[in-house]
Amino acid sequence: MLWEAIKLALRTIRRNVLRSILTLLGIVIGVASVIALVTLGEGTTTKVTADLAKLGSNMLIIRTGGNAPGPPQANEGRSFTSRDVDALRAGVQNVRGISPSANKQVNTVYGANADNVTVTGAEPVFFTVQDWSFAQGGPFTDAEARGGDAACVIGETVRREILAKDDVLGETLRVGTMPCRIVGVLAAKGQSAFGSDQDQVIVMPLRTFHRRIAGNTRISTIAISTNTADDMAPAQAAIAEILRDTRRVARGAEDNFSVRDMTQLASTLSSTSGVMTGLLSAVAAVSLLVGGIGIMNIMLVSVAERTREIGIRLAIGALGSQVLTQFLVEAVVLCLLGGLIGIALGLGLARLGATLLDVPYNVDLGTVLMSFGFSGLIGLVFGFFPARRAAQLDPIEALRHE
Amino acid sequence: MIELRNVTRVYGEGASEVRALAGVDLDIQAGEFVAIMGASGSGKSTCMNVLGCLDRPTSGQHFFQGVDVAPLGNDARALFRRNFLGFVFQGFNLLARTTALENVELPLVYRGLGRRERHEKAAAALHAVGLEGREDHTPAELSGGQQQRVAIARAVVSDPTVLLADEPTGNLDSARSHDIMKLLKGLNQTRGLTILMVTHEQDMAAYASRQIHFADGLIVSQHAKAA
Repeated sequence: MLWEAIKLALRTIRRNVLRSILTLLGIVIGVASVIALVTLGEGTTTKVTADLAKLGSNMLIIRTGGNAPGPPQANEGRSFTSRDVDALRAGVQNVRGISPSANKQVNTVYGANADNVTVTGAEPVFFTVQDWSFAQGGPFTDAEARGGDAACVIGETVRREILAKDDVLGETLRVGTMPCRIVGVLAAKGQSAFGSDQDQVIVMPLRTFHRRIAGNTRISTIAISTNTADDMAPAQAAIAEILRDTRRVARGAEDNFSVRDMTQLASTLSSTSGVMTGLLSAVAAVSLLVGGIGIMNIMLVSVAERTREIGIRLAIGALGSQVLTQFLVEAVVLCLLGGLIGIALGLGLARLGATLLDVPYNVDLGTVLMSFGFSGLIGLVFGFFPARRAAQLDPIEALRHE
Repeated sequence: MIELRNVTRVYGEGASEVRALAGVDLDIQAGEFVAIMGASGSGKSTCMNVLGCLDRPTSGQHFFQGVDVAPLGNDARALFRRNFLGFVFQGFNLLARTTALENVELPLVYRGLGRRERHEKAAAALHAVGLEGREDHTPAELSGGQQQRVAIARAVVSDPTVLLADEPTGNLDSARSHDIMKLLKGLNQTRGLTILMVTHEQDMAAYASRQIHFADGLIVSQHAKAA
């Protein structure tokens, strides 16, 4: 009986192809957007998490300026000094490395090519703390760092765009006014979660940077990586205590620096993109609701059009429940068809979007199955009222209907 | 086999009340071919609807093989129609864009027969009404007479006890009408099928073994034809 009803429903749908497609549009758009959004959302989250992992694990980033909102306070923008760094080295336990650094955008030239590059002054431990690996060569040595030598490590983009050749070790490029010898090339990291090119960089010894590039001895960032994840919280507390002392923060005043846990940042970003996915999915759900109303509308039209047929069926002995089943099955089959088209379209869109946004294309089977089931549910809910109307027709009236 | 006892059917209430049947008593024996006649509004169609269990009497009793079917609920009456009755309508009432064979199969679908058995029975019924070779034609591809034959095949395919025909020749020309009547008469005689037919044409009523005349919701005269 159910199989008969499904065959009958498919036949009815085939007879009104255009109308069926138009009716389904709401469901198709709803399902497609849910699938595309969820898939892209998952992909983005995966990518953000992976990108942040590239920033280094168990890492605390200390920057100047407080966490408190509002205008900057006095002392807030003051840079860190080597005194701060020394105090941290002495006072924070279970640390794999403490890496002070400073940055500046500098015009970099090689031959006829030139571009602005983020130049970072740091110590060799920087590469360990950041978990950065090398494609060629390696980090500058401690001796080079102490001596303030003009030795630098370049990012992949700098190699490709400015030097424009493969073998670059030993080459000299001009960073600002300073010629600098290349000792290493970093492995490519791609775009950051924030969209900037992480390979458009040059790293040189901090001392060299201070003397030849910045012209001061400021330290803008201190990265600290701990041995294990469990060491993070105690380290964070120790850092705050030490820096409040060295930076002379009055008791009760806000910190004039911030300590950021990159793992925390990762989870914050993931949950942010989760919220976005949720909101967009809610919009998609509204479109599914609208689609459902469309289904109800067309089913009511269908019942009105086929009043006579219903009369015939009732006269020759169909039970009300059988007529109900017939129309309900029709609505459900219609919606499931819409769901299938929507899933195909949504996966296609997600695939396209994943390529364009350069995020992984991970299809969540659960989402796909849930969308399909939800389409059927919409058919059941919105098909019920028209189907019941059909089932409750008076056979005599229905047979008289023109 | 069928007895109506003081059956009334009243539409509306109060001042707009219409008594379509005003206390009808009727006895129909198995194997009879009864023509129900009368002017429009005389109550013959209402009586037919009551006999076909499509309508429920306002009062009175309707016995079928000794059982009072008047108080049955919607589903019970649907099952009763499914198992004991066959219907032929003036307007043929075939499902459009559905083949003759599928139309004839319809009552068997509701009886829960398997696909193969349905096919065989429906094909046999179409054969019996002289439509072999037209199984795959849709109503739009058939003439009025042929459509009514399909409708008759559909009505008898489930081997009903009673066939109810509501002006079966109303939409047909004279020659086609006589063909249909001969077909019905044949079914009545060969299968012993009880037939109740509403008509307003005397020629058609002449095929019946008994004629009943309605006026103002009551039976005003009955006469049996000598067999």
